[in-house]
Amino acid sequence: MDTCIQKIREIAFQLLDKKEVERVIGFSNGTIPMATSPITIASKQDTEKLVFNSTCGLNLANYIRQQKGKIAVIAKGCDSRNIVTHIIENQVKRDQIYIIGVPCKGMINKSKIKALFEDEILKFTEDGETLTVESSLKKEKLNKKDYLRDNCRLCQHRNPVIYDVLAGEPVEEQVLDTPYPDVEKIAALDADARWLHFQELTKNCIRCYACRNACPLCYCPTCFVDESGPQWVGKGQDKTDVNTFHFLRAFHCAGRCTDCGACAEACPMDINVRDFTRKLNKDAFDMFGWEAGLDQTKRPPLDAYSPDDPNDFIK
Amino acid sequence: MENPYLPYPVRIDDIEIATEDKSLKTFKFVFLDPEDEKKFSYRAGQFAELSIPGVGEIPIGIASSPVEKGFVKFTVFRTGVVTSHLHNMKVGDIMGIRGPLGNWYPWDKLENKNVVIIGGGFAFTTLRSSIIYMLDPANRKKFKNIDVVYGARSPGMLLYREELYEWEKRDDIRMHITVDGTNDPTWKYHKGFVPQIVEQNAPKADADTYAIICGPPIMIKFTQPALTALGYKEHQIIMSLENRMKCGIGMCGRCNIGKELVCKDGPVFTLAQLNKTPKEY
Amino acid sequence: MKFITIDKKNWAKGIEKSRETYRLFGPVKDKNGSFIRDLENDMLPDMSCNDSVLSAKSVLFPQTEKILFTTLDESQKDHHIMKRVPGDSAKRAVLGIRPYDAKAIQLVKLNFDTDDYRDPYWCDAYEATTFVGVGINKPGPFDFSTAAGTGPFSETGLDVLMADLDNAYLAKVLTDKGGAFMTSCGFDTAADEKESQALFDILRKEAEKNISSRIDTDKLKDKTVLELHEAPFWDDIAFSCINCGTCTFVCPTCWCFDIQDEAKQKSASRFRNWDTCMSPLFTKHATGHNPRDSKTQRVRQRFMHKLKYFLDKYDQGIMCVGCGRCVKSCPVNIDIREVCKIMNSYEKKE
Repeated sequence: MDTCIQKIREIAFQLLDKKEVERVIGFSNGTIPMATSPITIASKQDTEKLVFNSTCGLNLANYIRQQKGKIAVIAKGCDSRNIVTHIIENQVKRDQIYIIGVPCKGMINKSKIKALFEDEILKFTEDGETLTVESSLKKEKLNKKDYLRDNCRLCQHRNPVIYDVLAGEPVEEQVLDTPYPDVEKIAALDADARWLHFQELTKNCIRCYACRNACPLCYCPTCFVDESGPQWVGKGQDKTDVNTFHFLRAFHCAGRCTDCGACAEACPMDINVRDFTRKLNKDAFDMFGWEAGLDQTKRPPLDAYSPDDPNDFIK
Repeated sequence: MENPYLPYPVRIDDIEIATEDKSLKTFKFVFLDPEDEKKFSYRAGQFAELSIPGVGEIPIGIASSPVEKGFVKFTVFRTGVVTSHLHNMKVGDIMGIRGPLGNWYPWDKLENKNVVIIGGGFAFTTLRSSIIYMLDPANRKKFKNIDVVYGARSPGMLLYREELYEWEKRDDIRMHITVDGTNDPTWKYHKGFVPQIVEQNAPKADADTYAIICGPPIMIKFTQPALTALGYKEHQIIMSLENRMKCGIGMCGRCNIGKELVCKDGPVFTLAQLNKTPKEY
Repeated sequence: MKFITIDKKNWAKGIEKSRETYRLFGPVKDKNGSFIRDLENDMLPDMSCNDSVLSAKSVLFPQTEKILFTTLDESQKDHHIMKRVPGDSAKRAVLGIRPYDAKAIQLVKLNFDTDDYRDPYWCDAYEATTFVGVGINKPGPFDFSTAAGTGPFSETGLDVLMADLDNAYLAKVLTDKGGAFMTSCGFDTAADEKESQALFDILRKEAEKNISSRIDTDKLKDKTVLELHEAPFWDDIAFSCINCGTCTFVCPTCWCFDIQDEAKQKSASRFRNWDTCMSPLFTKHATGHNPRDSKTQRVRQRFMHKLKYFLDKYDQGIMCVGCGRCVKSCPVNIDIREVCKIMNSYEKKE
């Protein structure tokens, strides 16, 4: 993937040079190991600041709304699907966005890597499929494919579904027999164990809303948790209120979530919020044959009526 | 105050609809424990948190005056959760008041000075408190000329109308009442926006004249140049700010403008002070 | 007696003994990192783990705390009259608190214990608490505490500072409170004062030498608030921010809070919850007007508060102890060290 960064920089340079876009939104190097940070670039000299690697786990579709003028954005497969969703939901206009598509081989699971070390990671480098990670105590060479994020391991849309230019050769798509093994595992638990699983899952939530704010779908001007009249949910650390936030947010994303993993990536408490959204993604697929963000012409299933909609729930 | 979060229990003694659109009501509260009234000793310009158990609190300027005893009064605009709830409460209901909070108009500095009071819309509450205070026979001689410019959208939107018209008749205070517009042929006061009435009627500044402004941001914005044109220096312009508040005692952190906390270091600031802080109000 | 040696073999037994007098708090390893928790039953603090994800501020300032309550049942005496939730003034001790977190509590104290008002919840908890810190022998790469007015063996705000000597702890008793805690544990093996202090000095120097991360704050004081506030760099700093509350919640010095009422059937409670200047709701007026409506304004508020307003207001340094938690936890890697550098080196162009 590091080869595509040269291509990304060239494309960005050209776009800014020819004034085809006003700004380019991409990633820049972070100040600490395994970190990259979204950046906006307006001058072609700054295109050197752009980077792209397997730590770019956030979703840049989250940064393209309400921008003035035409902008370019770097989009992985999932990001591109969220751009499609934005277009369907009238958050951006297609002709306002120049999409630099990046075929993606997956982003790394930073907490899984951190967990290998007793102390803090001092250095992280990536060379093709090999990750080299160093702390003051040891140095590890890791196979990237063993340390992919769960959503990337289970991704079936690594190539951008919409783009103006591709910054690399398309990658082979994974075809999975069981795309939702995690959901099935939770579903197989009995009710008590399932309850316990979710209690345990949100136990450390501090309601910072990083999951919500990192999510391109969560653009409501006033989120239901922030609404005061009526106040739908209490604002404290009461378990019921904390879980209500997670449940309702997940339902609000039903049929819209691309499982980009930005929510889990952003969570400072390492909560796999995707345990909520994945179940609804599976339902959307099972009931409506729907995967979000693949078709610019169709509204998400819960947003539209069709005579073919399943109606088994009517007894 | 032992526990600054603990409100004094009060009973709603009277509720008066203050404006023709019923969006403002004046609540008169009586302390359940007369000792609490003594503790709630305030000066004109301060505010308090009206505290409704199970609903929330809201910071409101004190409309009654320190010279009025036996009760406290607040005029409340119905806008959010707490104020809407309060508007539906009845005489006799029990709730709480926490305060007095914040600073006050600089009464010591204003002694032997001319005072020009400028208010707009429903931001006239602490100004009423101030006028009642200054007109009190024990205090009137402490101040030189008093001018009041007060405007609202229409005659029915003026607060404390009966009092305004009474003051109008007095010779120790000059009232300049104005409305944005009215169809009432008997209207005998000004028509026009506050900044314009200020420009035409407020006294020119000398070293002994101070202006107190309280009103919506747009009124303040346009009144400032009018005052500057009349020669008021930035330390002679005194303003009362509003910001979202919770604790009212300078701890919860949200109402700051720079390092100043509107709830504790304010709400009263001079323009000279404000010109040194970010305009985050 | 100023120094005490504690054989690690006796540590658990001593800590157990202290429970007769103290409720204990300390770091506990969880699958995603360590957390400062109430050490219930026979839980022991995990003195070896990395820094806790959240700071120790929650011991005095829980994320959600019920402060007042009353009944709404009009048939009850004193209905609608709020009362303080009975305070927990029982003695407590925080074990294994990091020196920079103890310093942070002193900074937070400036807010909650003032000449005008005393926050009874925070202050009562503070007075009931003994802070038993442990020096950091090997500071991590995100630690810039020495440049933020504290350090791996700083004693500020601690009642006891312990040094981890592999087989033993060497405890420096700093206050009477600390002495009482040691006594309650039955730790009474006095160590030679001169030798012990020399050892502490060596450990401190070694640890401080390990710190490579730093910030410069020397020029912040001389700039005006407006100069920094109106500086052109804020949009760039704020671009990547998603306005979550992570930085403020993990921060040991962030004290802002919200007050919320809840009514369940006939009982009403008033709570205070941590709040965050990153949220638009923090400052939004009931009318809809919001003085810090944009992301840039909110990001600027956070850094200006920490690095300028606080400095000007209290003259006690910056409102940051260099723990590095926000640097580690920020989902978009906004780094206070970088922001501080930009602010400190900013020269207004005439």
